[in-house]
Amino acid sequence: MTVAAPAIERRTPTQEALCNGLLALLPGGAVLTDPEDLRPFECDALAVYRRLPLVVVLPETIAQVQAIMRLCHELQVPVVARGAGTGLSGGALPLRDGVLLSLAKFTRILHIDAPNALATVQPGVRNLAISEAAAAHGMYYAPDPSSQIACTIGGNVAENSGGVHCLKYGLTVHNILMLKVVTMEGELLSIGAETLDAPGYDLLALLTGSEGMLGIIVEVTVKLLARPQRAQVILAAFDDVVKAGEAVGAIIAAGIIPAGLEMMDKLAIQAAEDFVHAGYPRDAAAILLCELDGSNAEVSEYIVAVRHLLTHNGATEVRTAVDEAERQLFWKGRKSAFPAVGRISPDYYCMDGTIPRHRLPQVLRQISLWSGEYGLAVANVFHAGDGNLHPLILFDANRPGELARTEEFGRRILQLCVEVGGTITGEHGVGMEKIDQMCIQFQSGELAQFHALKAAFDPDGLLNPGKAVPTLHRCAEFGAMHVHHGQLSHPELERF
Amino acid sequence: MSDMSTAMQQQVHDAIGSRTPLHICGGNSKNFLGHAPQGEVLPASMHSGIIEYDPRELVLTARAGTPLAEIEAALSKAGQMLTFEPPHFGAHATLGGTIACGLSGPRRPYAGAARDAMLGCKLLNGRAELLRFGGQVMKNVAGYDVSRLMVGAYGTLGVLLECSLKVLPRPAASLTLIHECAQEEAIGRMSQLLSQPVPVDAACYHTGHVYIRLAGSEQAVKQAHANLGGAVIENAAPFWQSLREQQLPFFHSGKPLYRVLVKPATAPLAIPGAWLLDWGGAQRWLASDAPVADIRKGVAAAGGHVTCWRGHAPAAEIFEPLPAPLFKLHQRLKLSFDPHGIFNRGRMYPHL
Repeated sequence: MTVAAPAIERRTPTQEALCNGLLALLPGGAVLTDPEDLRPFECDALAVYRRLPLVVVLPETIAQVQAIMRLCHELQVPVVARGAGTGLSGGALPLRDGVLLSLAKFTRILHIDAPNALATVQPGVRNLAISEAAAAHGMYYAPDPSSQIACTIGGNVAENSGGVHCLKYGLTVHNILMLKVVTMEGELLSIGAETLDAPGYDLLALLTGSEGMLGIIVEVTVKLLARPQRAQVILAAFDDVVKAGEAVGAIIAAGIIPAGLEMMDKLAIQAAEDFVHAGYPRDAAAILLCELDGSNAEVSEYIVAVRHLLTHNGATEVRTAVDEAERQLFWKGRKSAFPAVGRISPDYYCMDGTIPRHRLPQVLRQISLWSGEYGLAVANVFHAGDGNLHPLILFDANRPGELARTEEFGRRILQLCVEVGGTITGEHGVGMEKIDQMCIQFQSGELAQFHALKAAFDPDGLLNPGKAVPTLHRCAEFGAMHVHHGQLSHPELERF
Repeated sequence: MSDMSTAMQQQVHDAIGSRTPLHICGGNSKNFLGHAPQGEVLPASMHSGIIEYDPRELVLTARAGTPLAEIEAALSKAGQMLTFEPPHFGAHATLGGTIACGLSGPRRPYAGAARDAMLGCKLLNGRAELLRFGGQVMKNVAGYDVSRLMVGAYGTLGVLLECSLKVLPRPAASLTLIHECAQEEAIGRMSQLLSQPVPVDAACYHTGHVYIRLAGSEQAVKQAHANLGGAVIENAAPFWQSLREQQLPFFHSGKPLYRVLVKPATAPLAIPGAWLLDWGGAQRWLASDAPVADIRKGVAAAGGHVTCWRGHAPAAEIFEPLPAPLFKLHQRLKLSFDPHGIFNRGRMYPHL
């Protein structure tokens, strides 16, 4: 017997109007409602949160996005935007009563303008594809998140993605010039400019990292940089993580800004080594990978200086990659650290706090103490140059209570990051995952200001509701903040 | 070196009560920018002092009234600098004014703007609330990037109390090359450098000469000079300093001065007047008697925008007018921070 799927039977009149309206706006195949078709969109890379959306739309023109937004605005239906779904904080988690708007069909590189050092691309273009296209001009796009072969530039903007080269080359916010954005009302806005500064407020900065809460990004103009003549990596081993941390400070104090400066601890080293055989010293307590780039002469000059600094700061072994193949191999170990840990544990939970660099010994010591207390192993990988720490907590979700213990452990790590003057998220975003930790980092005044700012873009709260900024009520329940009803600084605002 | 935030908060609180517009005033060095200030002065320069600076962390936090000169002296002592080489435009320039105006010097295209260095801030909003955004770490994506929104907002969204900035080591070596050529050739040369791995940190075209400043390690500068060739200017620092501070005679011709932003490779613009090209051609200064409307039209045709900088006739719009939907969004954002419209009213745009 063929009857309508149960999901369709449960639709309200508004949902019925929405689905019919979307079918009228978009070509066949661009509107998905069958639960089987919705399944691939139920989560992003934070798979512990899953939910089927009411409908998935796959527009391919800006006009279609505008029409979808107008319809959703008219019917007051929430919209969640999605790029490649590689996000690590649940930012693209769908809503049961909402539209999931996939930008997957926006995959064209519109133009590369080498004389002006910029490229204009659609949001669904993969991060690495931009650099590949710019290579013909000797140029590249600098931010390189570990997921760069899959993640899209639209998602990078929404999350303000970083990568291993941020210390020298900055985050997404430092490497884009202009966005085209469709508002919840369906209006198309140009934000920023092809020129270095744009008139008016710096909305480009505001949109970057806004996690789909302020608008739908439909076009991105990025800056391109000249590809350095040479890049070289030094690997240094230490018998103590504190010494490795001090070596990082010494390199920076010497006036050298490496292109990348990464640290891994013993468990991460061993997991990576077993996985990709990068040639890491398995018995080291910590390794540093220090990449230097620039002209030939400059790199040679810095290699000598950095090797000296590392040795002086207690490195037990210092190795310079002998050729490009070995350089790639050293990086492969680091870039594979997450899947490598995935091989040695049924599950792992990746944290993303940033701390002032000199607090590293204290934070690692505390994590190690808690690791013993909770009976959960932790592997640490660290963007040491910019203080961004990724502790990976190893656990087994099939053991009763272990996920809950892991989450509690993780919360304590993030709280510690805030206490030492850092932040709960360096580059993965708040999304669904860290919404409660926002109550630790911000007071009610800041949160109310965030909601007011959001309302300036999206007064009805229809863009990605429930993510990134917690309601004051939620924080009150979380226990980090005490709110008396009626004493909010913005009683007129909706709290979503 | 004192914390005046309580008094400042009280003044904002009182101004809200009496609906008195406030003119936030630091060192008064950039008073000439934008529309004329209105309202009661909110003095910001006494709220002063460097709060935290550890060179190894590459971060400096200071109260907004701290003199820029004091900050630069502290950085210099540790061999570091503000990446964006901000112009002072006066001996009393403060950190807060510099950030609020969002101005950057000759290094901007190569080392980033004021907004790129901004990591966090403490501010008073238009409800007299003391709020903190961002932080003192390089990477931070918790919450909207309000700190960067404050850069270049001309104090219309709030009173800056503290700023944390990313700082960097001063380059070990620097060398300036000079070459005589026409403007068109200069634009081509400066644009070509963008796709070459050369350690350029400033490039400008002035009185028939293109100036290229190389900066980096000793070896990097030496090798780049060998590759590029050309004549070297001994002791070029005073030249770059007078470009940064607009002390070259070009800036004092007596004619109205306009700031023109275009894509760097844009061909010479056929607008009558004298031109000086900074930022490798991306920021162009025009001294001209041509009507503002004609200048805007000519620049817009090249995809750029114009700010009336100094000496212009009273203009309805000093900054480039915004398209209506974008301006509406600006007004809503302004209200979200400053619901009673008391901060630097009309300084940036009328009705904002």
